[in-house]
Amino acid sequence: MKEFEKGKMVPVPSHSIIPERDIGKTPVLECVHLGIEFGGLKAVDDFNFTIGKTEIAGLIGPNGAGKTTVFNLLTKVYAPTHGTIMLDGDDITTKSTVQVSKLGVARTFQNIRLFSDLSVEDNVRVGLHNQVKYSTFDGVLRLPAFWKKEKAFHEKAMELLSIFDMQDMAATKAGSLPYGAQRRLEIVRALATAPKLLLLDEPAAGMNPNETAELMENIVKIRDTFQIAVLLIEHDMKLVMGICEGICVLNFGRIIAKGTAEEIQTNPEVIKAYLGNNSMEG
Amino acid sequence: MSKLRNLDKTSKRNYFTYLLVTAAFLAVTFMNQGGLLNKKMQGLLVPVCCYIIMALSLNLTVGIMGELSLGHAGFMSLGAFTGVVVSQSLMGAIPNEPLRLCIAILCGAAIAAVGGFLIGLPVLRLRGDYLAIVTLAFGEIIMDIINCLIVGHDEKGIHIIFNFKGDKTVADLNLLEGGTAIIKGAQGAVGTKTIASFTGGFVLILITLFIIINFVRSRSGRAVLAIRDNRIAAESVGVDVMKYKMIAFVISTTLAGAAGALYGLNFTGITAAKFNFNTSILVLVFVVLGGLGNLMGSVIAATVLYILPEALRQFSEYRMLIYAIVLILVMLATNNPKVKNLFMKIIPTRKKGKGD
Repeated sequence: MKEFEKGKMVPVPSHSIIPERDIGKTPVLECVHLGIEFGGLKAVDDFNFTIGKTEIAGLIGPNGAGKTTVFNLLTKVYAPTHGTIMLDGDDITTKSTVQVSKLGVARTFQNIRLFSDLSVEDNVRVGLHNQVKYSTFDGVLRLPAFWKKEKAFHEKAMELLSIFDMQDMAATKAGSLPYGAQRRLEIVRALATAPKLLLLDEPAAGMNPNETAELMENIVKIRDTFQIAVLLIEHDMKLVMGICEGICVLNFGRIIAKGTAEEIQTNPEVIKAYLGNNSMEG
Repeated sequence: MSKLRNLDKTSKRNYFTYLLVTAAFLAVTFMNQGGLLNKKMQGLLVPVCCYIIMALSLNLTVGIMGELSLGHAGFMSLGAFTGVVVSQSLMGAIPNEPLRLCIAILCGAAIAAVGGFLIGLPVLRLRGDYLAIVTLAFGEIIMDIINCLIVGHDEKGIHIIFNFKGDKTVADLNLLEGGTAIIKGAQGAVGTKTIASFTGGFVLILITLFIIINFVRSRSGRAVLAIRDNRIAAESVGVDVMKYKMIAFVISTTLAGAAGALYGLNFTGITAAKFNFNTSILVLVFVVLGGLGNLMGSVIAATVLYILPEALRQFSEYRMLIYAIVLILVMLATNNPKVKNLFMKIIPTRKKGKGD
């Protein structure tokens, strides 16, 4: 299996670790005492986590631990009841989903949410919505701005699709793509919004080992090319341990461990709560 | 020719729609000049144009935006009565009829746009069945308000009073000598000079097609389609859901207003009751039968379904009954997998069409 180069991790004041190369830059994400209650139930409680500017971080935990809820908090699908979220130094705690997207958080979904009646290219074009702009008026009257900007839309969409070699599928309807391609398209669409932080919710779900290996390479490639941070939720431990620099383990809405892959693998708390036995292969 | 072949399916379809409408217009015009159309058919030409525009504009809301609106006739009546008032009061100032028609249609469209925006503010926060019910209510509210409206015109300008209590009449307008009453409450608009023309209707259909087709294939249109397909995903990539729904809805109501103005100016008298729930449903039937999001389908369905009952007058009593049955059948055919399979077995070519 391919070894991925990981940065040396160093502690930061917020009791997290980030790669050494990101020290001196504002962390891309900083959650402080983040939490949400549904009724009396604390779905996520006292979530403190920092991600460096170019870090690949992992969020793992047993089913129902609150991982996707964290994503929904970060993208403001849910409004947090406690704590603050800082994105690249700006407080985004009270912003809306759309504003958060404009500020640079993009995500994929656990259950794929593509625009299934639109073509692959149009899916990416919708992702580029806030990158290339012209008014409705320009569009309806087909003014020069329309033609110029649509050309830009096409070029950028094709460039993004080329990351996963999907240019040939540009005209295909997104809903009729094979499962793996749909997952990849979701990542491309998220990248189209020019994010600073990319949230991937179980990107390898339903993929075979070969596809997963390819995905790992691509996630690293995306980080290197775009110089962005990636936070991913994944149950595939090979993927998480293989590429994630900092890992955070959630159980019942609380962080039970933070650290590098090696630290997590040997953490007795994690082994007890997350795995239930002493084997790392889930 | 090679350029034509390179066009994608949607573009071809769109050009074909323009072509079809133009061909139909030319054919009907020639038939009319050749004296092949009887008086009754001639009278249907402009209303058919209006209903085609209504179907196209409702298709924008129902088919393209994916929200069921049951109050579309309300916006048509806003346009109709605005158009009549504008045309009647400008009669002296602008004697040129086509120009006056243009201005009346523009004013009707503008008022319907304002109405669409105001009603859209609360309505578009809802989704699905709730949205449908609230639009139905607003449609009825518009009808009732216009029912109370008494409008007159004299050399001092336009006079408007609301007859909410039922104690006011045209005399309360205190019109100067030479002034005329344009809208007389529940009696509706009377004595309108009919200036609507078939050519006007044809041009308006082309404009409607142009606006809707271009809108759908632009940045804003894609945003609307994305919201329809997956609202949560659209929000996650930074598409402002409320804004784009509003844009689509206002365009839809604006076009309905334009159709209304044309309709109102085709008859010497119209009442607000004409634009009731049944009319909204009628237009919805055109849209559903023509196919959601299918503009050519809307044009054909509106034409056929509007002319048929008029041509077969003796069955028109059962029209609503037949519509109900057809609607249920279409819903079954499009949503019930068993019936869908049956249809596909009967009509093998449909299988190919399904992939579009």
